[in-house]
Amino acid sequence: MVVNEQVNITTEKTKSPHIAGSSLKISVKELSVFFGKTKVLSDININIFERKVLAIIGPSGCGKSTFLRSLNRMNEEVGGNFTGKIIFDDEDIMKLDPVYLRRRIGMVFQKPNPFPTMSIANNVVAGLRMNGFRDKKKLKEIVETSLRQAALWDEVKDILHESGANISGGQQQRLCIARTIAMQPEVILMDEPASALDPISTAKIEELIFELKKKYTIIIVTHNMQQASRVSDYTAFFYMGKLIEMDKTIKIFTDPELKQTEDYISGRFG
Amino acid sequence: MERRLVLNKTAGDFAGSRSEYKLQNFFKKSKGKKRVTFLTKILGNKNIGDLIFERLTLLFAMLVFFLVVLMGWEMYSNSTLSIKTFGLKFLITSTWDPVAEVFGALPVIYGTFVSSLLALLIAFPLGIGVAVFLAELAPGWLEKPLSFLTELLAGIPSVIYGLWGIFVLVPWLRDSVEPFFQNKFPNSPLFQGAPYGFGMLAAAIILSIMVLPIISSISRDVLKSVPNTQREAAYALGATKWEVTKVVLSNAKSGLLGATMLGLGRAIGETMAVTMVIGNRPEISASLLNPSYTMASVLANEFTEATSDLYISALIELALILFIITIMVNILARLLVWSTERKWK
Ligand SMILES: Nc1ncnc2c1ncn2[C@@H]1O[C@H](COP(=O)(O)OP(=O)(O)O)[C@@H](O)[C@H]1O
Ligand SMILES: [Mg+2]
Repeated sequence: MVVNEQVNITTEKTKSPHIAGSSLKISVKELSVFFGKTKVLSDININIFERKVLAIIGPSGCGKSTFLRSLNRMNEEVGGNFTGKIIFDDEDIMKLDPVYLRRRIGMVFQKPNPFPTMSIANNVVAGLRMNGFRDKKKLKEIVETSLRQAALWDEVKDILHESGANISGGQQQRLCIARTIAMQPEVILMDEPASALDPISTAKIEELIFELKKKYTIIIVTHNMQQASRVSDYTAFFYMGKLIEMDKTIKIFTDPELKQTEDYISGRFG
Repeated sequence: MERRLVLNKTAGDFAGSRSEYKLQNFFKKSKGKKRVTFLTKILGNKNIGDLIFERLTLLFAMLVFFLVVLMGWEMYSNSTLSIKTFGLKFLITSTWDPVAEVFGALPVIYGTFVSSLLALLIAFPLGIGVAVFLAELAPGWLEKPLSFLTELLAGIPSVIYGLWGIFVLVPWLRDSVEPFFQNKFPNSPLFQGAPYGFGMLAAAIILSIMVLPIISSISRDVLKSVPNTQREAAYALGATKWEVTKVVLSNAKSGLLGATMLGLGRAIGETMAVTMVIGNRPEISASLLNPSYTMASVLANEFTEATSDLYISALIELALILFIITIMVNILARLLVWSTERKWK
């Protein structure tokens, strides 16, 4: 019940701070998500700015993945629906074709999920080919540039024809990132992209995020506080389906408004 | 509770025998906490009841295997006369003449494979289609009853299919389908001869209905074993439902092949329904309208009439061939299905 009180207080404070020089990319208004009759997220308001990294933190089951998956309308593939509005570049995402939306908002999952029946090269351009892109020469170029951007090219350039499942977990995850970049999305959603990886691979992914944020808007869910503080510009703390506090990452990690946020960050719960 | 029961029972079974003494020692030792003895080394943390239960079930499993080997051996030793007399000719000549005691099984081997493969030609696309619908597209409330219905088809006794074949399928083929094809393709070798209704086409259609539930239900399981992460990966790249399905299908390829081969195994061995509609004539003909014969039908029809040693021996050789083929097909099919289903675990 304490939680409720705090949420009431925080609804005012969670208005995203406005930053000069960065334009609004996604605006989430009064978002509530339901699976059947269960309300998983309630009344989320978040503004997401272009070419910034937003980290989403919070204990397991608080709805971080669900939030991420609302943005590219993946929840509706598993029976979820929502109320409220999500505005992406001035357009309501419900008015966009989900196929088109997901081309512009790419996603990287917790567990690397390359297509094992495709070669590494074909994994990279899988999305393009699905969307009818056939120009062989161009595809070849895209394979290289995407793999380079994902910092994987040097490791796989001699085994491009091998199955996408034949490389290490960390490489697979970078392959999945390459696959997402190849679509030239505007936004990349990352759902705990490093949680299944060893420390070295994790460091590589984090480095990659630094590179990627020059070009893309990134929203990353993470369990790892250090990771959140290292890679992100903004941090949003979710708890039990609600957005408790959102601010610049520096502020959240040094001087959060709410005790609850502080407790979570310092590892006292969750 | 249950464990205790097994334990007492097994102890009772051994009572009075020399093993009783040993068993009691077993118990004493295994009660001791974490004492590493010779016994705990073999048993690990299992208790003796579990171990005996495990070994017993293993024994039964071995028994089944042994039975299969024994059957094969039995058939082999009873067909040596035919094997010696005809050698390879048994497989590659076409005269099946019990009166003259000349046995060439080529027409029935041909009939078996062609009827089964034709059945697959019909059942494969249908079965995969049903499986895709059940696993990928159907909403939950529809999937369960539909799955149940397709599996129900598998439970219908073969003789009922045969009767349906005789009373419904054959007249329909004879009066409408076969004349229609003969008119449409008068020169095609596939539709030569008088349209009896009974024949290869009828057998293939009946078989296709009979193998459909196997193909569709195993394929559905195979498709379902493809993890959701693959579907999500495709969706997240902007795939349409059809493209997602293609990804799933390509992941399940070998399992689907296995499902189809299980169907083939069933079709090759199917006896009653086929015997009732195929016309039972050992001839090789390109025409789908002509009667044919299968190994299983020959055995069902002729075994009771076979009098001479050589005739019986030839039939048993046929049985041996059928036995080997179905076992191979089934083993291969199961391996394929397992390989896909286990790939993700
Ligand atoms: N497809 C679904 N169907 C039903 N409930 C779901 C589904 N996905 C997530 N949930 C529920 O939504 C809640 C939030 O889940 P999730 O967003 O995965 O949390 P997080 O990513 O923060 O760990 C959980 O209680 C979970 O059980
Ligand atoms: Mg999650």
